[in-house]
Amino acid sequence: MSQAETVRRAPRRLWSLGLLRSEIGTTFRRWRTLALLAVLAGVPILVGVAIKIETGSRGPDGGDGGPAFISQVTNNGLFLVFTSLAVTLPFFLPMAIGVIAGDAIAGEANAGTLRYLLVAPAGRARLLFAKYATSMAFCLVGTLVVALSALVTGAALFPLGKVTLLSGTSISFGEGLLRALAIAGVVALSLLGVAALGLFISTLTNSGIAAMATTVGLLITVQILDTIPQLHAIQPYLFSHYWLSFADLLRDPVYWDQLQKNIGLQALYAVVFGSAAWARFTTRDITA
Amino acid sequence: MPRNEPTEVTEEWDGGRSAKRRKAVRYAVPVAVAGVTAATIGLVPAFAGSGSPDLPKISAQDLIAKIAKSDVQQLSGTVQVTTDLGLPSLPGGMGGAGGFGGGPGGGEHGGSGASASPQSKLTELASGTHTLRVAADGPEKQRVSIVDKTADYTLIHNGKDVWAYDSGSNTAVHNTAREDARHGEHGKHHEGPKDLPNGLQNATPQELAKQALKAAGDTTAVTVGDTAKVAGRDAYQLVIKPKQSGSTVGSIRVAVDAANGVPLKFTLTPKSGGPAAIDVGYTSVDFAKPAANTFSFTPPKGAKVVDGDQQRAKAQREHGNDGKGAKGAMDRKGLKDFGGLNVIGKDWTSIAKIKGAGPGGKDQAAKGQAGKLLDSLGSKVTGSFGSGHLFSTRLVNALITDNGTIYVGAVDKQALLDAANAAK
Repeated sequence: MSQAETVRRAPRRLWSLGLLRSEIGTTFRRWRTLALLAVLAGVPILVGVAIKIETGSRGPDGGDGGPAFISQVTNNGLFLVFTSLAVTLPFFLPMAIGVIAGDAIAGEANAGTLRYLLVAPAGRARLLFAKYATSMAFCLVGTLVVALSALVTGAALFPLGKVTLLSGTSISFGEGLLRALAIAGVVALSLLGVAALGLFISTLTNSGIAAMATTVGLLITVQILDTIPQLHAIQPYLFSHYWLSFADLLRDPVYWDQLQKNIGLQALYAVVFGSAAWARFTTRDITA
Repeated sequence: MPRNEPTEVTEEWDGGRSAKRRKAVRYAVPVAVAGVTAATIGLVPAFAGSGSPDLPKISAQDLIAKIAKSDVQQLSGTVQVTTDLGLPSLPGGMGGAGGFGGGPGGGEHGGSGASASPQSKLTELASGTHTLRVAADGPEKQRVSIVDKTADYTLIHNGKDVWAYDSGSNTAVHNTAREDARHGEHGKHHEGPKDLPNGLQNATPQELAKQALKAAGDTTAVTVGDTAKVAGRDAYQLVIKPKQSGSTVGSIRVAVDAANGVPLKFTLTPKSGGPAAIDVGYTSVDFAKPAANTFSFTPPKGAKVVDGDQQRAKAQREHGNDGKGAKGAMDRKGLKDFGGLNVIGKDWTSIAKIKGAGPGGKDQAAKGQAGKLLDSLGSKVTGSFGSGHLFSTRLVNALITDNGTIYVGAVDKQALLDAANAAK
């Protein structure tokens, strides 16, 4: 292998990029992907309109019942970004990732196109990496779609202006936007664990539907496990445990503890399941 | 073109042992990563915890003096509060040790705007793990934030203003600190007006250590235990053990910064064993002066602002009691709303006896509401005092007799019954 490797080294970078570009193009041109993004964009609009209608009668008062930050939305449309991310992060976003990542290998196998992909002089590891990079790109795009849609809806329906942080401190709108961008970045990073998990499952089966369903099923299971107090010993290791830590960016001063744990956990999931996917994909028989 | 052929595929068709070995090696990668991580998570805290730094020996008395002498006015840090009192989880206003007579009060807390009141936040601290971020600059400026999942509860004391801000409901409560309270018995270390952020201020290790030391006397054994590392700082550990047999308190450990005498960690272990009932400690601490704007607060645009002074005056008119504080251990448990309180016994085995919970009418109402709850939670006991219900937690036991008298203390059940029999 080492001999082949050295021969291959020169064109590798170019090829990898080309493969990645073609993968991203294929994924984002699919109707399925566009529909997923449309659904993601619809959530903030739905939330925003619902809050707008509700405020007509009497503002949403108790912060206990509704999703996070919802009481702030009527004061500042920017908070719709945070509310929407808090609403979509538990299910909508990871579900969309699960569909994309779960379909990555298994979908190709299902359609009988996997072996043709492998005919291209790119090697399996690189194909796998391109697939994972595509999923990562989708994490970012999905999050940004939610955030942008929320920002536009929030700006259209509610006043903008100084942003009140969780600690009661006010910051300028520009800085608020920066924090919103940082939060979108953190949310996108939070999804890397699911993406790696989905990719691994995708290498296990030849049925795209099975891989997607398993990924989403696992996601729901993990979310349920995370709410059972008796299981608090294992909860810090569930990939969804620190998801809401993005709210810590809105504290003054920022509370980094949980954010670091979240990123570390996502990196761990990415490495473990990414390498598991690699081990599986590079050693298995491709029959379809 | 051999380089176009994925080498893996060709070798796989060769069959043989090398393909199998390659497979095993590759699968070993994720397993190894997971294993190394698990080992790191499992072992590093164990090593960090066992690291007892080498410090010169110190006597218990010197250590207490060191704490008393400690004059650290400026600090900021993160405090982790873990409480495991073994309380049954009660709905709403019934939560916390002081909740048993709190039926009518609970209804009021549920009302609008009260979600920012420090009292209701206090009950939350009575169970589970919470993270607090504290900052202090002298006796006039303190700030405590309770870090919630997607919300913050911030308490800022600056001069004569005390602000409480709850981001969850976007409500700010403003109180004016009274002069007499500010320069009251606790002197310069007192943090805020007595009856408002009480308990929140007590959650700092300093205040808890002081309370523990106050309770020490000939009934208490105070020794110096192993050294420890808390929040990255070398610390001595003061071990306080009650000598009285009736107490439910096993031991109290106070970790004291070896350099400046600031208590960094407070751990209370019940006699029955198990995890600590109360564990309050800094996870990070910095003794530099916090930025001045840390302590400034203006209610944000759109926030609901509640005047706490007015609200309290109204509440006092309605309740007809002035909420005189109970001393010592009771102080911590928020039992101060009761009238007719007296304390039996002393130090560790003191038992609070409360005759009826305030005016007659209110008492009846509370009993009606809570009647069923009493039966389901407490065990029925009888003695020469009559009969009643006994409620036990890991630390505090309470006896409510059928005629409405309540005995509460950090003592075992037998001591409680004895006290009730004797006091009949």
